[in-house]
Amino acid sequence: MAAESGGKIDPMHQFLIEPVLGRHWVVGGYDLSFTNSALWMVVTLAALWIFMIGGMKRDLVPGRWQAAVEGFTGFVNSMLTSNIGPEGKRFLPYVFSLFMFILFANVLGLLPFGVVPGVHPFTVTSHVTVTGVLALISFAIVLIVGFGRHGFHFFALFVPHGTPKLMIPLIFVVELMSFLVRPFSLGLRLFVAMTAGHILLKVLAAFVINGINMGPGYAVLITLPSFLLMIGITLLELLVAAIQAYVFALLTSVYLNDAVNLH
Amino acid sequence: MDAEAAKLIGAGLAAIGMGIASLGVGNVFAKFLEGALRNPGAADSQQGRLFIGFAGAELLGLLAFVTMIILVFVA
Repeated sequence: MAAESGGKIDPMHQFLIEPVLGRHWVVGGYDLSFTNSALWMVVTLAALWIFMIGGMKRDLVPGRWQAAVEGFTGFVNSMLTSNIGPEGKRFLPYVFSLFMFILFANVLGLLPFGVVPGVHPFTVTSHVTVTGVLALISFAIVLIVGFGRHGFHFFALFVPHGTPKLMIPLIFVVELMSFLVRPFSLGLRLFVAMTAGHILLKVLAAFVINGINMGPGYAVLITLPSFLLMIGITLLELLVAAIQAYVFALLTSVYLNDAVNLH
Repeated sequence: MDAEAAKLIGAGLAAIGMGIASLGVGNVFAKFLEGALRNPGAADSQQGRLFIGFAGAELLGLLAFVTMIILVFVA
């Protein structure tokens, strides 16, 4: 899981991006290698594809697989309709792909592939480049929808109804700030939640390994409690993986609601 | 005090922020449960707002974590 470097176990090594076959492919000064990050995005996409293809049937009485897929689509659909209203259906393809990609990437990063020597899972969403781009796509869609539907009237979003005339310049600036900070907080939340969880897991894993190495007394004193705590934290991380995917999709739909309906 | 020690002390102080944010997250769920037990019929429709509040409270704790990481690994 964590790489050994000079007797100490380095919990940050798992976030290192490196070419899959160990060879860089540089074109015109840019490194275009197929990295482990790209590999795990493809794995996520393949898993998602298999899941959807296997369940997208039109049986009147759904089997288990179809019921699972319908559960996910129904969940995202009801989230959109309750937040945006009947027009929310138009955004179902985007928010559904977003939710499923983040959920699958989070969960795949937690799988214990580390038991195979030389292989370790890579959490795509633990890098701010990935989550930041996802957040920017959401923000761009909000801007396009907002300006497309309302034109410059979209700026009314920054002046809530009933604001006293005197307060309008101040409120406008404050609301604009809170609007502009949205993609930042959206991307940062997912990235930090995944990074923090994985660092915690690797630090506990280091306690387990070092406790065994220090002899049987320490193994009972350190390894056993750390291992039990690690099992609990792993379960908590599974919960966090689902909650973060849900929160990302939920906040995207709340922001889309602002763009569609103003307020 | 040399700069390295000051950085590590600052990182430790930033960890307090995460503890305080945990109070906030606990408060969000506690108040939701309190309200939900008084009026279970309205609870399901407010679950989205529950998670928006949770996300806001959690983000501030995560910012403390970011401060910590920046102090230890970047600054």
